Formats: sequence, structure tokens, C-alpha cells
Amino acid sequence: MWQEKRADLAASFALRRRGLAKGWYKFSRNPLSVVGLVVLVVIVLATGLASYITPYPAHAGPYTNFKAAGQPPSWEHLFGTDRIGRDVFTRVIFGYRFSLLLGIVVLGLGVAPGVILGLIAGYHRGTWVETTIMRVTDVFLAVPPLVLALAITAMLTPSLLNEMFAIALLWWPWYCRLVFAVSSSMRNQFFIREAEFSGASEAHILFREMLPNCLAPILTKMTLDMGIVILLGASLSFVGLGAQPPTPCLGTMVADGAKRLPGEWWSTIFPALAIVLVILAFNLVGDGLRDVFAVEEV
Amino acid sequence: MAKYIGLRLVQSIFVLFGLSLLIFSIARVVPGDPARAALGFLASQDQVQQMRVEMHLDKPFPVQYYYWIRNVMHGDLGKSSYTRRPVTTDLAQYIPATLELILFATLISLVFGQIMGILAGYFRNSWFDGLSRLVSYLGIATPSFVIAILLMFLFSQVFRLAPSVGRLPIMMQPPPTVTGFMVLDSLLAGQVKTALVALNHLLLPAFSLAVIHIAQEGRITRSSIVENLNKDYITMHRVHGIRTSRLVFKYLLRPSIIPTITVMGLDFAFLMSNAFLVELVYMWPGFSRYAVTTMLNKDLNAMVAVVVVMGVTFALVNLAVDIIISFLDPTIRIQRRGG
Repeated sequence: MWQEKRADLAASFALRRRGLAKGWYKFSRNPLSVVGLVVLVVIVLATGLASYITPYPAHAGPYTNFKAAGQPPSWEHLFGTDRIGRDVFTRVIFGYRFSLLLGIVVLGLGVAPGVILGLIAGYHRGTWVETTIMRVTDVFLAVPPLVLALAITAMLTPSLLNEMFAIALLWWPWYCRLVFAVSSSMRNQFFIREAEFSGASEAHILFREMLPNCLAPILTKMTLDMGIVILLGASLSFVGLGAQPPTPCLGTMVADGAKRLPGEWWSTIFPALAIVLVILAFNLVGDGLRDVFAVEEV
Repeated sequence: MAKYIGLRLVQSIFVLFGLSLLIFSIARVVPGDPARAALGFLASQDQVQQMRVEMHLDKPFPVQYYYWIRNVMHGDLGKSSYTRRPVTTDLAQYIPATLELILFATLISLVFGQIMGILAGYFRNSWFDGLSRLVSYLGIATPSFVIAILLMFLFSQVFRLAPSVGRLPIMMQPPPTVTGFMVLDSLLAGQVKTALVALNHLLLPAFSLAVIHIAQEGRITRSSIVENLNKDYITMHRVHGIRTSRLVFKYLLRPSIIPTITVMGLDFAFLMSNAFLVELVYMWPGFSRYAVTTMLNKDLNAMVAVVVVMGVTFALVNLAVDIIISFLDPTIRIQRRGG
């Protein structure tokens, strides 16, 4: 008995390892996805160790040194310094921290309600429950997210926290729609029917039967969405409705530097390229995951 | 057909009501007194109280919403506390500038997107195909304000090819307003030189908006061409000796019309929201810059109006796309007629 179980366990581990290996094979077939993954890992490590690896960690906060203001890129200041003498490279690395934080918080808050509502709507396909949920979803999708996010953050007074809250408020409908599409298509399949007939509770059907089948598209979409949310956050702070100074925010840095173009181009071009790099990396990894899970459209 | 469009119309009206309720309730829930904002800091407590009664702020929320919707139906979106004018006056002044920008950007993305798609599809797996794939990857990952700043930096500040601020130089007399489109108005007034200057001002912001869509529409056309290139009917036309140009424009491009129009409808929403950022960079005196300014000044009436206007535009564009496609696509046309 005991030995049997152990053999089972070993077999399932072997299976899982083989699954992972197969997944990695599919993922690594596209070299761009691997490049994206490497870039992401480097960025995550750099933000985690920002206080140790950046040359001037103090520059991330309220620091001024007018003597060193507006210096072009050099070995001392890789990306130059901004108008009040802060090292742009240091601030870009710390800026990534807030971008990633924004993405994680928004998806953390937004995905769960969207997924749950999508599952409920899918399970109750064709009833008033579905109609109510999906029409409310339509309301949130009736205006491009950037506009609604701007308006809501502005109404709530601009800050990093409100920015996160506003974007999270707008993010659940996308997952609701995605999960609804997947779950409603499996509503009448045998394994759902069987669970119903054997008296499984609704919670069991939603979370143990339906949810596992929705995980692949959800995970893929989350990776792609990290890029989109970071883009949205950068746009909000570019307008001045995101995190307030002296928080090192990539969008704010671009906006600040743009006023000093074309002379001090480094203080805006480098943060701008930094934004593009992280979004590109998430998109490439997301595309790779799409290949792994064979998800067609997210 | 008419039944389907009617159904869609009813649906959008419901969605718009929901949207207005959502944004109106957020505007009322947030701290701050709209009456005080409307009057300014110098007003006395009595005046503010009187204003509160006038604006129905003393009544419960559903009643406030009822009054607000009633006013909207009468074309009254309230007064902007920032410009101190009726919001509708502001919108009428600023919307044409944005519309001109967006329509021009749509035109650019359509023309260049088709050219890029045809070339990339016909010469697939060539260096040009690779380049177009790279551009479309970058296009998705680049925020429009970054594109705007890069283009402004390169083409306006380094190479000095086009101006970077506003619709016309301050020294230049704008033409009398007819359509609100600067280029069109100048031509109508017979001022060709003004029209050219205005067009030049339009160039960089419109391109900044269009770049992403050039790439995406190009990819759609490409995949459609690649998909059809090896089909029997194309081979047959080739065997019959039909010229390549005719083959491409008459037979290869046709299947890509419907996805292109669908995507253009979606793109319109993106163009409108990206205009929020591009107009800021180029100081374009349009709807989006007005919207951002009112947002930064916490002008609640204007903000609610902006969101509702966006919702209405979005709904209309989607409806238009649906109608156009149902006319273009014979399978849908016949299906709907039958059903």
C-alpha cells in the first residue's frame, strides 16, 4: 500500500517533470521568448537588489544637487543626471520597482473577481445571472481603459495608491469576459454534467471542475497584461495623475525630461526606452506562454 | 438586418446609461464640494448653500442623477468649473481639432498599413517582412507618448522637418471656422498656404498616433495575403496571365477588407485614448488636452461629460463598423435576411 503510493507519487513527479520539459521545449523554440524571459529576470533581480546595485540609491528619494544637474551620460552617470542632479540610471531602476508593483497589485486585485464572475456567468449561461454580469461588464468596457483610469484617478486625487485602485477597478471585466468565453463553452460537457448529477456543490463545479480548464488562457493573459498595465500606469504618471514626486516613476521622468528636450535628451529618452524594454519583455514572454499552452486568442 | 441594428442600438443605450451612472456616482462620492468648486474660494457660505440648492446637491443621489440625465437630454452638460463656461461650448470648440487629428491618423495608418501589409505578404520571409514584424512588436510595446516624444525629438528638434507645437503658428491668422478642421477651412477660404502650414502641423502628431496602427493593420493584411497566396483561385488567375498588380489589388486584398475594417473600429477607440497623451506632447488644442486639463483641475462636470462623450463616440463607431461589415460580408447579409 505504502509502496504503491510512493510509486504513484514518483510517477506523477516524473510526469510533471516531463510536462515542464515539454513546456520549456515549446517555449524555447522561439528565441525571442527566451530573450524576453532573460530581460525580465534581469529586471526583476535589479529591482529587488536596487538599493545595493544602483550607484546612488539616495537619488531615488527627495535629493537635490544642483551642481551636478543636467550632466550628459558618462561612466559616473550612465544615463546622465536630471535637472536637479539626480542619477537617471538609479531612478530608472527604482522606477521599475513601482512599475512592477503596479502591475502585480492591479492584477492581484483585478483578476480574482473577474475570474469568479466569469465562472458564475459561464455556469449560469442563458439565465438572468449571465445577462446581469455580462451587461455590467459591457459598461466597464464601453470606454477605453486609459480614459476611465484617468478620470477615476483624477476624481480620487492622484497618488500611486489611487492609480492602482483605479486600474484594478477597470481590469476585472477583461478576465470576466475571457473566463466566460471559456467556461460557457464547457458548460454542457459531460464532466460538468456528471459532477452536477453526482450532487457536487456549485462551488466545487466552479473551482474544481471549470477553473482548472481556464487557467492556461488566464495565465497567458496575465503575462501579456502586465505589459499593458505598466504601459497604462506610465501613461497616467506621464499625464501627472499617477504617483507624485519624488517617487521615481518612469512616466513622470519622461514627462519631466520632455520639457528639457532637445538639450538634455538623456533624462527623457532613457526612461522612455526603459518603459519600452519592460513592456516588450512581458509581451515576448506572454507570446511564448501562448505557444506553450496553445492558447489561440487572449 | 434592421432588427439586428435596432437590437444593437438598444444595447448600446443601456450600456451608456450604465456608464453615466457609474461615472456620475464616482463623481458624487469623492470628497470635495462641487458647489464650492463652481463658485471658487471667494464665495460666501450663503452663496455656496444657494448654489448647492441650484445644483440639486441637497437632494438624495437618485434625484441628483435624475436631474443630471434630464439636463443631458436637453443638451446641458453643466458648467465647467475650470473654464467657467458651459461644458458643451468647450466641447464644441475642442472636438473638431481632435477629430481632424484622428481622421488624418486613420488615413495614414490605412494607406501605410496596406502598403506595408501587401509588401510583407507578397515578399514574405524577406528582410522587409522581418522589419515589419519587428516594427509591429515594438509598436505594441511602446506607449504613444514615447513615440510622440521620440518623433518630436528626431523630426522637429534634430532635423527640423516639421513644427512641434499647436495647429498653426501664433503669427498666422486662422481661417474662418466652418468645419473646425483647420486644413479644410483654409482650403474653403482659398488660403492654400495656410492649409499647407496646417497640414505640416498635423503631420507629426498624426504619425505619432498612427505608428502602432500601421504596424497592426499591416500584419492583418499580410496574414490575409499569405493565407490566400497559395489558394487555387490565385494560381488559376496566374495561369491565365493576370498581371501581378491586378492580382494583388483585385483578388488578394479583397478578403482582408473585413478584418481591416473591424480592426479600424477597435483602433478608433485606441486613437481617441492615445490622443490624450499625444495632444499633451504637441500642445494640440483639442478635446483630449481639454479633458486632461479639466482632470488635473478636478473639474467634475467636465470630466463626467468627457467620459460620456467618449462612450457615445465609441458606441457609434462600433455600431457603424457592425453595419458596414454586415453590408460587405455576403454570408452575414444573407444570414440576417433569412433569420
